Formats: sequence, structure tokens, C-alpha cells
Amino acid sequence: MLSLTCPCCGITAEETEFHPGGEAHLKRFGPGSSDDDFEGYLFGRKNPKGVHFERWRHSHGCGKWFLVARCTATLEVFASYSAQTTTPPVDVIKAIKAKRPDWEGYA
Amino acid sequence: MSTRLSKGGRLIDRATPLNFTFNGKPMRGYAGDTLASALLGAGQVMLGRSFKYHRPRGLVASGVEEPNALVELGRNARFEPDQRTTTTELFEGAETRSQNHWPSLEFDVGEINDKLYKFLPAGFYYKTFMAPRAAWKHLFEPVIRKSAGLGGAPKEADPDRYEQVYAHCDVLVVGGGVAGLAAALREGRKGQRVWLVEQTAHWGGRTPVDGGQIDGEEAADWIKIALQELESLPNVTLRTRLMAAGQYDHGYVIGLENLGDTRPGADVPRHRLWRIRAGRTITATGALERPLSFAGNDVPGVMLASAVRDYVVNWAVSPGDRVVVVTNNDDAYRTALALLDAGLSVPAIVDAREESHGALPQVAKARGITVLEGRGIARVLGRTHVTGVEICMQAGEGGATQVLDCDCVAMSGGWSPVVHLWSHCGGKLSWDAEHAMFRPDPERPPLGAQGQPMVQAVGAANGDLQLAAIMAAAGLGAVSSDEAPMMPVWQMPAGAPDALRYKSFLDFQNDVKVSDVQLAAREGYESVEHTKRYTTLGMATDQGKLSNINGLAVLSDALGQPIPATGTTTFRPPYTPISLGAIAAEAKGPLFQPLRRTPIHDWHAARLAHWEPVGHWRRPYCYPRSGESHRDAVNREITNTRQNVGLLDASTLGKIVVKGPDAGRFLDMLYTNMMSTLKVGKCRYGLMCDENGFLMDDGVVARLSEDTFLCHTTTGGADRIHGWMEDWLQCEWWDWKVYTANLTEQFAQIAVVGPKARTLLERLGGMDVSREPLPFMQWAEGTLGGFDARIFRISFSGELSYEIAVPASQGRALWDKLITEGESLGVMPYGTEALHVLRAEKGFIMIGDETDGTVIPQDLGLGWAISKKKDDYLGKRAQQRSHMTDPSRWKLVGLETLDGRVLPDGALAPAEGFNANGQRHTQGRVTSTYYSPTIGKGIAMALVLNGPDRMGEVLEFTGTGDTRISARIVDPVFYDKDGEKQNV
Repeated sequence: MLSLTCPCCGITAEETEFHPGGEAHLKRFGPGSSDDDFEGYLFGRKNPKGVHFERWRHSHGCGKWFLVARCTATLEVFASYSAQTTTPPVDVIKAIKAKRPDWEGYA
Repeated sequence: MSTRLSKGGRLIDRATPLNFTFNGKPMRGYAGDTLASALLGAGQVMLGRSFKYHRPRGLVASGVEEPNALVELGRNARFEPDQRTTTTELFEGAETRSQNHWPSLEFDVGEINDKLYKFLPAGFYYKTFMAPRAAWKHLFEPVIRKSAGLGGAPKEADPDRYEQVYAHCDVLVVGGGVAGLAAALREGRKGQRVWLVEQTAHWGGRTPVDGGQIDGEEAADWIKIALQELESLPNVTLRTRLMAAGQYDHGYVIGLENLGDTRPGADVPRHRLWRIRAGRTITATGALERPLSFAGNDVPGVMLASAVRDYVVNWAVSPGDRVVVVTNNDDAYRTALALLDAGLSVPAIVDAREESHGALPQVAKARGITVLEGRGIARVLGRTHVTGVEICMQAGEGGATQVLDCDCVAMSGGWSPVVHLWSHCGGKLSWDAEHAMFRPDPERPPLGAQGQPMVQAVGAANGDLQLAAIMAAAGLGAVSSDEAPMMPVWQMPAGAPDALRYKSFLDFQNDVKVSDVQLAAREGYESVEHTKRYTTLGMATDQGKLSNINGLAVLSDALGQPIPATGTTTFRPPYTPISLGAIAAEAKGPLFQPLRRTPIHDWHAARLAHWEPVGHWRRPYCYPRSGESHRDAVNREITNTRQNVGLLDASTLGKIVVKGPDAGRFLDMLYTNMMSTLKVGKCRYGLMCDENGFLMDDGVVARLSEDTFLCHTTTGGADRIHGWMEDWLQCEWWDWKVYTANLTEQFAQIAVVGPKARTLLERLGGMDVSREPLPFMQWAEGTLGGFDARIFRISFSGELSYEIAVPASQGRALWDKLITEGESLGVMPYGTEALHVLRAEKGFIMIGDETDGTVIPQDLGLGWAISKKKDDYLGKRAQQRSHMTDPSRWKLVGLETLDGRVLPDGALAPAEGFNANGQRHTQGRVTSTYYSPTIGKGIAMALVLNGPDRMGEVLEFTGTGDTRISARIVDPVFYDKDGEKQNV
């Protein structure tokens, strides 16, 4: 069971206090978008072995959504950060690079 | 013959004798005994029968690895099968029974299997029960079920209490042997918050039995001193009888503490499940001795060498008068010396090594014990107990060179570190060829949340098998006898022919022999995981603690590859079984799930409402009167609501306030229709879709003020929809100025429904509820009968209807008042089933009935609720996909059965032809179906191919069995098509 830190209220808590919300930083495509873009938005999900960005909600705590950069293989947590961003912030990227020098970066 | 020795026994208190029974026979042991030591002390060598061959079995071990000596313990509600006698402490009045035999332990019909061993090899079931197919159900399965299983099952509910507790620490030390004590001391002195847990009732592990000196003290004295210091440290917590069952991600550890097993009926939790978050785990879990594989190594009286000396030293129990020791290492010589010290006879030590001249063998020889070097045991003589052994050359094929009379054999095949907790969460192992064992690889530990090593192994668990090495690693001086190298022995003798290998057991509980593993290899099983499942090696309740290494060594040999190339099976928690009661703990009965209660719940309960679970709520399904069936009650409630006035507790309805300058814009995105244009004071029905376009919730939105909306959701959808709103506000449109608040439980809501609803409200006095100030689809605030009310004129029944929201604290009083004032009007409460029928008569859809996650609003004739003006709303893009605009999507219609019957829920309308899978084509399905007392026949709603274009057509629907029911396609609005009644 993971232990995660909510960046909103600052509490480190059990995984059961949170609710997972799938891949982070999805770009929404609405009316007017191409079939391919819309399909990618609805169904295209990364499934990396390694660095991954996820949405979590502190559902049994402050109720806020936040994002987590995590290694899917070792479950190492690199950072948890605000959901109000469309791409991982620079300091999060730096923190990951420090632990995973071979990481190809956020794409 | 095993017996209790007249003196010694460091763990027993001879002043406190305890009575117990075995198969009804009264026996006596002492406080401090385990069931195993007490049984053995009482002369009971044979304790059970094996699973497959029903061979007589006795104790092999003295701890958690025991595969044979499992008993049924207790009776009635406290009956439990498969209790491991070696880890169960003796208590007064314990009732034990042996398992897996009929009619008795001594005479067992199932023993015939042992004679048939050649026909019952590995994979026997897979090979035999393939054909004929019909035989499986009528012959094979009944027979196998009867013979399967170990022990009986309890028939009554568990009367005991269990609990769960969290603990947090910097360092968790697992194992209270000398390595664990030393680790806890080191960390405790540094000021770390330390938890030290030990699965048995005693500290010190094996060392008090095996001897040696630590830090200038006798080991037993050093343990006492260490404990005194640990107890004095406020940052150190010590717990015995607490088994760390599993190591999980990010330092999470599950532990089972035994509090009440020896005190049945005492007012304590029987077990306590600890959920421990540890910064680091130090495993000091020791090592387990391995058996040797020789013919008859399972005969009662053949035991692990370490177990034999445990019984002698710890509990003053002699497993036999004449004990032959057979070994491939020096450690087992300690057993011979312990036996001599206790005045018992050791006819010989059989050592597979060509030479033995370590310190311990020298002492043994000096004390006059015969040491037979380069020898092995060819076979054990005796069936229900050992009577002797045939000695052979280890390098040979088993020709007996001599026969030794004995009644016990102490065997040692070397030691395996307990690496379970290390391995549970990804710690890797390396092969130590010198000691023929897997040990933790410190370069590849399990990693924690920050990528740091989170588990460290110390002591024997780390592969340091000698006291001096263990304590040196902990920075302490120690003295123990130097041990010469062991010699790996996987089969005794090395060239054992079939006849011997057929009786050389690897997994005692599951009766897996050397020959079975070799057969699996011949049949192509190369993976150790596959071999395990094919042969059942290591799948018994001891989970391979004894058999694992021996089994994979035999497999590696058969495959002609080194042991590390074969690898181990996966170590999975729990280390030893934990009780289901502890997993459930208090989460049972009323505490299994919190029950949500409306402010009017108690009134419903007092009227003996028939409940329907809706989410975490209980809602009245109907209110049957005495002698009335549920169906009759529902019909009465419907008719009364249509003719007089009905009351519905609608408090469970979701009520979410959405407020802010951008609230209208936000709701325009969430609902398919336009909410921003709604006038203050008015209500509008809205639909919500997910991004796949599928309808997921509906409800009435009321605009409370320019920047405030109240969104009603379905009962089950309240929390989900609130979460959905928050998700979009926090993660997509975070710059929009909107707040949401879920006020579902802050208000009680009562629907007053029926032609006399207005009269009833007028009797309460206060607000003007007549048509003009409060027309259909508007709301008003004011005082009604003294209550602070917000009244919505909305209708889910087609009748004149008011939904009155009051603060939750006033809900019950309002309900009582409506009941009292409405008595002469014929007011009656109605339940959820009447609610459903009332809405179906009006053709209103119900989320979860007409929708199932694949239905879009357009399927349901709800196109009128989808704005054409909006550029965007959630689900709009998806509803433009080709499959969503396909005209052949099934559409909502009403159905009337021709003969008045009620269609079964979910009934399908078959069509001509078959699909690629040979299944009948279908052209429609029933989504809601009821008896309508208003119409006087069965009505239904259904999704039907081209349905709206087929009005009047009669379709056949599937009934129960092969029957068909004919129904005519009609308008889904059965009642008051023009909506005049709700608009008065």
C-alpha cells in the first residue's frame, strides 16, 4: 500500500485515504477536434515501466486533486504537486532526472 | 517412545499442570508447553495422516514450518481446523483431534492410496479426470470433494472479537532472537522509534538452546540484560506473540498479534491485526532447517535435528530413547550432545560427509558417540513409528551396510535463511554455494517511497548461521563452536533407485516426493512456478518452508542446471496463516458499512417499512400493512397517490450547491442543456453525460440567485457527481470562479404528491402554494406551518407535486405534521417501488434502469433536453461519433403486454437469424417493467431497434424458460400524456 503526500493539505497518508484518477496531463479535445485526437483523449493512455504521472484525489481528506510523479516499477514517488498545471513543473522534472538520469523526459 | 523427562525444560512450569484431550483421550502437559510438546511429552508420536496417501505422520518440526501436526481445536463455535500444534500454546481444557482419516487415526481406509502410489503420481488429477466429460459432474467431482480438504469446517459464527490497530515507527525489527535484540538495541540507543516483534512467546530465538557466549556473558544472560535495557528505553516497543506476516510497499507491514488463543471466552480480542508503517524494516527472522530426502523420511519419529533438541531442552520432552542423528553439517551434532546431556542414547551420527573433524564432531567423538562418515540412511524401518534405520554409503545406491535400532531419527540437511519479508516487496536473493542456500542480496534490496532500501536482513536471516558471525556483524563479540563446511545432499543416498525415491518425501503435507518432481521435469516442466503447481510442492499450509529448497534442488538436478538458474518460487505474504477474523476485525454486522439514515428514518422503521438498500442509505420500498403483501402495499400506495395524496421521503436525493460568477458557464458544460439562461426562481430538468457521451445522471436544477444554483442528483449519484464537478473545477477549469458544496445531508426533503397535495399544504398554513405565485417548475422560499421551507413544484409522478426542503433538524417534525394534517385527506407514505411505477406510468426514465453506461440521451427520446446552441458540453464531441449517430441504435419505447402479464426484467426481443457466435439476434430489451395499477396491466419501457417508428407493432419477448410474452409497442407515456395533472 502506497503512502502519498497531499500537496494541498500537506498530509502524508495511506493509499486508502486517496482515490486514483488515471493518467495526468491529458489534453481535452472537444467538439471540432479530429477523430484521432478525440480517440487519443478518450482512450489513449501511456503504460510505461518507469516514470509516470498520475492524478490522485485526497478523497477521504481535503478532497483536492493533485498529481504524482511515480515509478511504476519500483513505486518510488518522485514528487506530488498541484493539479493546476498542464505539464510537470520544472522542479518535478529535475527531481526525476536526479533519480533517473536515463529518463527520456516528459513527452 | 516419546516421553517427558524428569528434569529440565527451560520453558515449562512443572508447578502448573494443564489438562487437555487428544481424540477424546485425557492428557496432561505444563504451562509453557506448546500443543506439540505436550502431545509428544504424553507419548503421542503419531498425530495425523497425510493428505494424499494417508500415511501416518508425526511431528517434524518445533515451529512455524511444521507440515504434519495440524489438529482440529475446540468445539462448536470455537472449533477450528488445521491448528499448527507447534505454534499453539497449550491451555487448560484444550480439545484436540487429529485430521484426515476415517474411521480413526490408527485405522484409516484412505491408507489404500499409499499402496496405489504408482497410480497416483504428480498431475494425477489432471491426467485422469479428463474424460468422459459427463463423469466429472456425477462421479469425479463428488468423490474428489469428499476426499479433499484438510480438517472439518466450523459450522457456527465465530463468537470471538478481533481488532485492527495502526502503528508507526522509524525502525521495525522482526524477530526477537539475538540478532533482533542486538539490532533493536543499536537503533534504540540512537533514539529511533523502534518496534521489536517476536512471533513466539519467548525472546532469544534459537540461541538459548544452541548455546554460546555474547559480550562475555552466557547467551541466556546476555538476552536478559539486553531485554532489560530495551524495556528501559521509552522509544522502544516490545511485543511477543506478534508475527510480521507481510512486508508491503512503502514500509507497510502487516502483523498478527495473538492475545486470546489460550484464553477462549476471555474478554479480550482474540487476535489483533497490526498495520505498521515503518521507516525501515530489519528482518531478524532466523533460518529454518531443511529435511534430508531419504526413503521413509516421513515416518513418525523422523524429525528435524533442531526440533529434537528444542523438545529436549525447551520442554524436557524426549522424542525417543534411541535417536540416530543424520546430517550433512556440524550443527546437528549439537542435537546429539543435547540428547547425551539429557541421558538419552545416540546409537550413531550418520554424516554424509566423507570426513567430519569440526569442533562439534570432535566433542561428539570424544564423548563416545559413533560417527559413521560418508554414510546415509537408505530407508527408515517402521510404519506408525520408527523402529530402525538401514545405513548405506551416501555415494552408493542404497545397499544396506548395517541396521540400527532406534525410535527417533534427527535429520539435518542444512539451513535456509527466512527471506520471506525481504522478498515480499522485491528484495532479490543470491545463491550461497558454500552453505547451499539463498540469502538476501544487499545490493538489491526492496525499495521504499524515496527509492531508498527499506529492508535490511541481519543474523541468520541474512545468511550468517553461526553465533560469532551474527554478533560480529552487530558489532559484538561472541563465542560459538566453529563449524566446518556442510555438504549439499539433495537425495540420500546419491544413487537412490526408484523404490527409494518413491518414498523420499519433499513436501510432507502434500505428499510430494523426489520422484514426483523428477517426473514433472521429464514431462517438460522447466519453470519452478509451473512445477510447483503441477506437483503441489510447497502449496500446503506451510507454503514450502521445509520443501522449497530441496524441491528446486531436485528439479535443477533433473533439468541439469545449477540451482540459481532454476530460482525460487515467489514469496508471498502472509508468512504464516493469519485468521480471517483479524482481516475482517470489527468490519462486520452493522459496522461492515456505515448506514446513512434520513431524518425520517426512525419513522419508517417504526412503521415496519420494507427496506431497499440504495447506496449507503436504506429507503422504504413500501409500507405493508398487517396481512398485506408487498405487491398489494405498492399498488395501494400508487392508487392513493393518484387519487388522494402521498408522501415520499426524498431526503436522499443529492443536493449540490454550485455558486460563483462562472456557475452558469460551468453548468452549461456539465449539463447537456442550457442552464445559464435559467431565470432565478425557476427549475429545469437536466442531463449529465460523461466524456464518452453516455448519460450518467439527471435531476432538476433550481436557480437560487444570480450566481447560485442548486443541482439535484440521483440518490446514488450525489457523491459521484459532486466529485465529478470538483474534478473538472480543480483539474481542467481551475481559473473558473465556482464553488461547489454537497448539502445532501443538510436538508430533509419531502415530496407531497397527488391531487390533494395543495389542500394538505394549505392546511399547514403560511406560504401561498397556489398556482399563480408557485406554478409548475418554479420554487419559492418561506414559512410553511412554521417550518423554514423551500418548496419546489416539480413532479416525478405526473401528479400535482411539491417537494419541500427543510433543514434536516426540522425534517421529522414536518413529516409528522403532514401525516397528522393529512389524515382526513387520506395521506399515506409511499416507498421507492411506488415511486418507480409512478414515474414509469409517466414515461420518465430512471438512471440505472434505462441507462447502463452505454445509453446516450438521444436513445431515450431526450433530444429536447440537449442544447443545439451550445458549442460544447461534456459528452457532446462523443455524441458526434459515427456509432452514436447511427440510426440503428435501439430507442426507447413503451410496451403493453397483450394479456396483461408483467414482462420479466431485462427480457429480450429475439430477432431472426443468429450471430457469428451462434447466438440468436435480438432487436430489443426491457429496461423497466411493472404492474401498473393505474392502467390495470403490465407495462414496460424498452430499448428497441427502430422502436419509435414501430408504434402498434407486437413483439415477442422472452419469458421464463422457453415461454414468450407478446407486447405492443406504445408511447412510453402511459398516463396523462398532456401533463395536465401536474400543471394544475
